[in-house]
Amino acid sequence: MIEENFQPIIGLEIHVELKTASKMFCGCYADWFGKDPNTNCCPVCLGLPGALPVPNSKAVEWCVMLGIALNCQVPEFSKFDRKNYFYPDLPKGYQISQYDKPFAINGYLVIPRERSESRNPSQMRVSISKLKQVERSLDFARDDKGKVIRIRRVHLEEDTGKLLHATVDGRKCTLIDFNRSGVPLVEIVTEPDIRSSEEARIFLKKLHQIIRYLGISDADMEKGSMRLEPNISVMKRLKDSKTQRLKKDLPQYKVEVKNINSFNFAKKAIDFEIERHITLLKSDEIPTQETRGWDEKKAVTYSQRSKEEAHDYRYFPEPDIPPVRWTGNQILNIKNQIAELPDKKKERFMQVYGLSDYDANILVETKEVAEYYEETVNQGLRTKNQKVTPKIIANWIINKKIDISNVSPEELIKTIAAKTQVAQVDQKELAIIVKKVIIANEKAVTDFKAGKKASLMFLVGQVMRELKGKGDANVIRKLIEKEIQ
Amino acid sequence: MNEITEKSIRELIEGIKNKSFSVREVVLAFYNVLKKQETELKSFIHYLEQDLIEKNLQELEKKATRGDKILFGIPFSLKDSYCTAGIATTAGSKVLEGYKPQYNATVYQKLLDNGALLFGKNSQDAWGHGSTSENTDFKIARNPWNLEKVVGGSSGGCAAAIASRMVAFAIGEDTGGSIRNPASYCNITGLKVTYGRVSRYGTIAYGSSLDTVGPMAKSVEDIAQILSVIAGYDPFDATSSPEDVPDYTGNLKKGIKNITLGVPKEFFQSGTDKEVVKTVRDAILVFENLGAKVIEVSIPSIDIGVAAYYLLAPSETSSNLARYDGIRYGQARDKFTLETMRRILIGTYALSAGYYDAYYKKSLKARTIIKKDYQNAFEKCDLLIAPVNPTPAPKIGEMASDPIALMLSDIYTLTQNIAGIPALALPCGFTSGGLPIGMQLMGDMFKEENILQAGFAYQELTDWHKRKPNL
Repeated sequence: MIEENFQPIIGLEIHVELKTASKMFCGCYADWFGKDPNTNCCPVCLGLPGALPVPNSKAVEWCVMLGIALNCQVPEFSKFDRKNYFYPDLPKGYQISQYDKPFAINGYLVIPRERSESRNPSQMRVSISKLKQVERSLDFARDDKGKVIRIRRVHLEEDTGKLLHATVDGRKCTLIDFNRSGVPLVEIVTEPDIRSSEEARIFLKKLHQIIRYLGISDADMEKGSMRLEPNISVMKRLKDSKTQRLKKDLPQYKVEVKNINSFNFAKKAIDFEIERHITLLKSDEIPTQETRGWDEKKAVTYSQRSKEEAHDYRYFPEPDIPPVRWTGNQILNIKNQIAELPDKKKERFMQVYGLSDYDANILVETKEVAEYYEETVNQGLRTKNQKVTPKIIANWIINKKIDISNVSPEELIKTIAAKTQVAQVDQKELAIIVKKVIIANEKAVTDFKAGKKASLMFLVGQVMRELKGKGDANVIRKLIEKEIQ
Repeated sequence: MNEITEKSIRELIEGIKNKSFSVREVVLAFYNVLKKQETELKSFIHYLEQDLIEKNLQELEKKATRGDKILFGIPFSLKDSYCTAGIATTAGSKVLEGYKPQYNATVYQKLLDNGALLFGKNSQDAWGHGSTSENTDFKIARNPWNLEKVVGGSSGGCAAAIASRMVAFAIGEDTGGSIRNPASYCNITGLKVTYGRVSRYGTIAYGSSLDTVGPMAKSVEDIAQILSVIAGYDPFDATSSPEDVPDYTGNLKKGIKNITLGVPKEFFQSGTDKEVVKTVRDAILVFENLGAKVIEVSIPSIDIGVAAYYLLAPSETSSNLARYDGIRYGQARDKFTLETMRRILIGTYALSAGYYDAYYKKSLKARTIIKKDYQNAFEKCDLLIAPVNPTPAPKIGEMASDPIALMLSDIYTLTQNIAGIPALALPCGFTSGGLPIGMQLMGDMFKEENILQAGFAYQELTDWHKRKPNL
């Protein structure tokens, strides 16, 4: 008997707008969002006759930086290429991109395993073999808490203009706004290593976090500074129930999905597609290789165009831009610009500040919070107040919803110190009160002597009530015990 | 006053300086020739009307000191592929009829900053596609030496304007011989610079890895003056070179004693007009008398030059012309004419999937081989000498109907663009029928200085370049 088993095969293509000061090939502002149409252009990004592209070196550096942060190799030789096709939002009739010599290749990202995923031995093996493939010493803990998602390439290109469908003088037409034309875009392409929508979502969150840490983009999906296109196929795995071996029937197709505006929609769209593919495969049909759009209102995908009629982009090396030949020093300089990334920071927080995995995770979620936390800890150390410990500070930030933009680290320290301050109590006064409480609570004393420990705490409570909350509970307890004996 | 239009740029500047004549007299001397000759010669697609010239002249006159501006008040023209803000620019094609650029090409801006005065935009083969200027969507320019002959191309209008003394100099554009070819047919001097020596920003692109921006004028001395103004790195052109700009004018008179002059045997192939061969060989003798050592060298890959060029250039042009979609500016694409469509189609085909390796990639390999051939030759000699065109100027209409013949006629000028090396075209004689014959001096990358020194020495001893057509 043959059991059918379906495994999703998912790869992601992500575009990220860099927040450099200028566009990719000209001096116009890269910060285009929200500006009046066609007020942020020049001969270069408008594709006027005679204009020439000059690469933005910061954009190139940031692309390489992202590649390094994603554990990629940075080949010594790299170049730009022309991707030729017609579309009204593409002023030159070609997009300057990278074809066969991108800035970064063969990287990976380790994502935490889905909690629901069983620790399938065969999957563990696959994961380790992928790590070995990568031939680099890995800094993260090899406790198999993570899954490797390989990154095929990270390259640099320019964005297009934007089409707006409108009615002008009663006529339906399409308007073109070139403000966005020429803005630097980094494209990240993963291998089809992702196996579920949840894995995709986790991967995207991690990638987003790294990009925000590097400070190279706002990566805001709603504003379009991060765009996503999953490529989805479903593989039939036929399990021979006699031999228990899995036969893989590799998918003969893949579907690209566009128009996804958030990580949650990404998950929904992928789930929808997987379902759709499985349904087709179950009836022995192969899903059409095509591009589909996500309709967020109806929560479905719809066919856009057949991916089979793939454009012939006639790629050739961009003759207006000399190729790049890196020296080792240049790459090192870029690498040194990378500040501590989230995974490393989390490990360090756990080690140095004794935080739990859970707490450290929350604190490093954004660079802003992590830096705020560390600054507060440093200030706390300076006050030499033993009650303002890293753990306590962590607790406050995580649980008490501190608004880090309004409360400065110093203010936070003061607040914490005040609350945990053990007010000094006069020893003589304390002794008198202890005696007073013991006399007033004969029964409790008797109970304690009989072995009821809770009674002691009751007595401590009574003392503290007298002291109106001041005093160290431990000190009081010891005093009472001594007095009773 | 005719004498003014015969003077070199240096003489004009000196004359203005020592008040032998004024900027106004200079400008009007040339402009009067334009008014007289242009209707017949049709060397301009668009020239500035007198009132605009007058206005610009007054602006110039207001500027109290010239300082060290070595082109101040000198009339010039530009091939119509250079962007001139507010002034019609067509690249010779109806697709850009009515188009006025929003910015100035760097070369134009440099000349304006130096005080030179623009007379107009010259006739050319549309988009640079051609070597006779017959492939224009506007009027076909005439050769001032014989009105029935072609003016050469694609910077044909520039050559005619200089030869007829309508302007003192022009800026042409050379992708496969487009400055040298018309310079040769019209008896003037023209320089194809090293690729990257002069900024291409604002030049309507034909073949991006082949296009060069270069001066055209009556003499090598003039060329040196202009080059010293326009050469140099431009942050708006990523392919422009940061290589230092030497003192082209100061070192001009260095002479050529002990220079080794290479004669590449493949540039004197059968099919080259006998008078052309003889005239160039006579020029070689002049160099020998000047103290040069002459040796024979070889550029074997010249044979693949035509094929390589007619893959590289159309491929790049098929992409460069994609922006002319009529959406943001210009006319619709149906205004592209036959020769342009031919090149776009060839280029698209050569780049297309399944053919890229066989055609475009092969031409890139050929490029490396051609470049190596020149490098090898320059290990043996300092300069190379050769004819520019295999024949003197053909009749208008004679070659236009035979695209293959037209392509083959570029054989002596194409490989220098493929290799990126500089080459200077200068007059060296006439046919028995009175048509000019030109030769070219070639040097290694960024060796314009040596080429200009050799050319200058030749023009000190000969007077071919001083002859002017009977108009």
